Amino acid sequence: MSYEDYAVVMKGIVKRFPSVLANDHVDLFVKKGEIHAIVGENGAGKSTLMNQLYGLLKPDEGEIYIFGKKVDLKGPKDAIANGIGMVHQHFMLVDNLTVAENVVLGSETTKSGFLFDLNEARKKVKELSEKYGLLVDVDAKIEDIPVGMQQRVEILKTLYRGAEILIFDEPTAVLTPQETEELFDVMRRLKEAGKTMIFISHKLNEVMEISDNITVMRLGKVTANLKTSETNEVEIARAMVGREVVLRIEKPPHKPKEVVFETEDLWVKDNRGLDAVKGVSLKVRAGEIVGIAGVAGNGQTELVEAITGLRKIEKGKITLLGQDATGYDPRRLRDMGVAHIPEDRLKHGLIVQYPAYYNMILGQQWWYPYSNRGFLNHQVIYETTKKLFEEYDVRPRDINMFGGNFSGGNQQKLVVAREINAKPKFMVVAQPTRGLDVGAIEFIHKTLLKMREQDVAILLISMELEEIFSLSDRILVMYEGEIMGEVRPEETTVEEVGLMMAGKKLEEVRS
Amino acid sequence: MKVLEALLSIFINPQFYKIALTASTPLIFASLGGVFSEITGVTNIALEGIMLLGAFTSIVFTFYTGSAWFGILMAVLVGIGFSWLHAWASIKWLGNQIVVGTALILIAQGITGFLMKPIFGRPGQTDFIGRINDISIPGLRNVPFLGEAIGEINPLVIIAFVSVFVSWFIIYKTTLGLRMRSVGENPEAADTLGINVYKIRYFGVLMSGVLASLGGAFLSVGETGNFKELMSGGRGFIALAAMILGNWNPIGAMLASLLFGASEAYANLLQSSKLIEVPASVKPLFNMVPFIVTLIVISGFIGKTRPPAADGVPYEKAE
Repeated sequence: MSYEDYAVVMKGIVKRFPSVLANDHVDLFVKKGEIHAIVGENGAGKSTLMNQLYGLLKPDEGEIYIFGKKVDLKGPKDAIANGIGMVHQHFMLVDNLTVAENVVLGSETTKSGFLFDLNEARKKVKELSEKYGLLVDVDAKIEDIPVGMQQRVEILKTLYRGAEILIFDEPTAVLTPQETEELFDVMRRLKEAGKTMIFISHKLNEVMEISDNITVMRLGKVTANLKTSETNEVEIARAMVGREVVLRIEKPPHKPKEVVFETEDLWVKDNRGLDAVKGVSLKVRAGEIVGIAGVAGNGQTELVEAITGLRKIEKGKITLLGQDATGYDPRRLRDMGVAHIPEDRLKHGLIVQYPAYYNMILGQQWWYPYSNRGFLNHQVIYETTKKLFEEYDVRPRDINMFGGNFSGGNQQKLVVAREINAKPKFMVVAQPTRGLDVGAIEFIHKTLLKMREQDVAILLISMELEEIFSLSDRILVMYEGEIMGEVRPEETTVEEVGLMMAGKKLEEVRS
Repeated sequence: MKVLEALLSIFINPQFYKIALTASTPLIFASLGGVFSEITGVTNIALEGIMLLGAFTSIVFTFYTGSAWFGILMAVLVGIGFSWLHAWASIKWLGNQIVVGTALILIAQGITGFLMKPIFGRPGQTDFIGRINDISIPGLRNVPFLGEAIGEINPLVIIAFVSVFVSWFIIYKTTLGLRMRSVGENPEAADTLGINVYKIRYFGVLMSGVLASLGGAFLSVGETGNFKELMSGGRGFIALAAMILGNWNPIGAMLASLLFGASEAYANLLQSSKLIEVPASVKPLFNMVPFIVTLIVISGFIGKTRPPAADGVPYEKAE
């Protein structure tokens, strides 16, 4: 059989890891010049498959054909030589080097053999960047440029090495909606230029927007090959999780009770010392979810940090359970019943080099029975962790595994389990589903609604409008540190909230 | 008034500049060595030990062959061998670099102390064995002041300054240098681009062996012409401070070394100054000046420097 028309053919790929069969006879066919999406939940085997295509892993069984020619990829070098380039999810960039230096690193332009020719490098990178519309500042250091531009540098790196096939590993996970649109424009331009692209994602709307064909994976196997124009999100989601998923969750009516948490005219500064939160006043009642919508970087992070005791409050007042709690440190707030699901679980939610059982009691380690007269009671800690692992279905069920070694979805489950186990009265939940797959998102949403029924007061901060709409009882929109207005999800529209997110006050929108 | 006069008169004494250069030279060599190692991501606190071994080796071979230059050559080779141990333990076996470095310092102190008796017949210190002679710079000798300060200069001092610029050139102008910097900052990224992280790190560590050993050799065959036990006397650590203060840049490390060298010279001259009267028992306190300067400067400036991101972090290829 000839694979002439295909840029990539992977046939019967099997890859075993000590504890799991990551790829179980996977077939992948990618046509020349198409954008081919691979979707699947975390742990479905997408990244493993791509790492084999990029030569980072060697398949145990199976064959790989590039442009119809059988190849044996021993490392990234072989993959690059075969015209394959990879845009990694975690950028592989050297922070203190410039854009041009990063692009050419490893295949440098030289003068008389060993001298690095920076001018030639700059020229070449500029040419490439203009050719494909990948706007970059060649002389800027990586550490000084925004994430979107860093990603373009990654793309340039592959193009500089002559890539014809580009693998994008969850490229939009780190991007703002605007940056995502820019990326899609770039991808369309690359397609026009005849490049083939493989797009790994679990954001179904993005897959629908950009791809030509879709391969769905689940638990190491291919469960569907779909043509984008002939399918829909529900069908993809079903193939991903093996059952019907409620994309929009049912929210039962529930009557909120007394006010648990309140801020009055809260002012907070950001790391640069500029005002980030400018006079925010809000109330959260028991059994109520208050959603804060807004584009990232409009003071939400600083607001959350101020509320949870991580950042200094410049002015204003916080009242918790009827008590003035302004300026309390996180420990005191936690003792009073505040729980926090942070937006960056790796930075603030977990200690990646601690085993799961310690991560499961972080912030509660001085509470009885975890600790007794200053000594940790490990038996209780192990048992609690085991119990919570079952209850929240954290996988694998290995309480000795380091926090950093769990998949994103399971890390988040761990954090959620811990925070809920603290039996909070008030929960601050920031970006609870960032980077999670459909199944995990559903689980987290259901859990939050259950907390609401148990009369916990919840403040939800999210960039995902859909999440805000489906979970919140009231929605506050934040723009440049101020609240633009308060609406109820059943009485507003996405357009109205969108206008407030762009800086229009509710009165202006409705007038 | 007299005290102030004493304090200031040192600056117009050409001897101050001569001593400062001499005191700076071992620091320049060793701090360059530190730069080479750390810029590729390997912390090398063993500089102190390598210096000591370099000082010892050069004297030993000068003793046997009569040629100080041959002594220096051997010091370089032994420096490479000794730092290879560091590379082997901390790159190949991912050892903790601070522990490895500390072990090497102790080994160097042990070996040199132990070999004193079998080779020179007595512990402590050797007699004068031989040194590399100063050369006089023709046009400069008779210039007032300048002639006295740098008219006669040790060739190793000149080599130290040349090394600074050669190092700078290698690190910032060659592909090798670009790769070194990338490996010290983000080895994983370098690896995905086909750069051999281990090889580059070996190179960095071995270069630190060459340079630190030269710095040590200067202490013995460049300066005193003999060897004393523990004669590196903390200079390896001051060199590390100079490297940090110089922001891991060869030129910066040189400037910082000059600062520390100058403060050592200053302390020396202050002790022998006839203008202030201090009891002899107090004078050793002046020896602390360079270290106090180190502390002040480091604590005052360290916030502004930026180490290579992967400095001190062993690199393990992902499976």
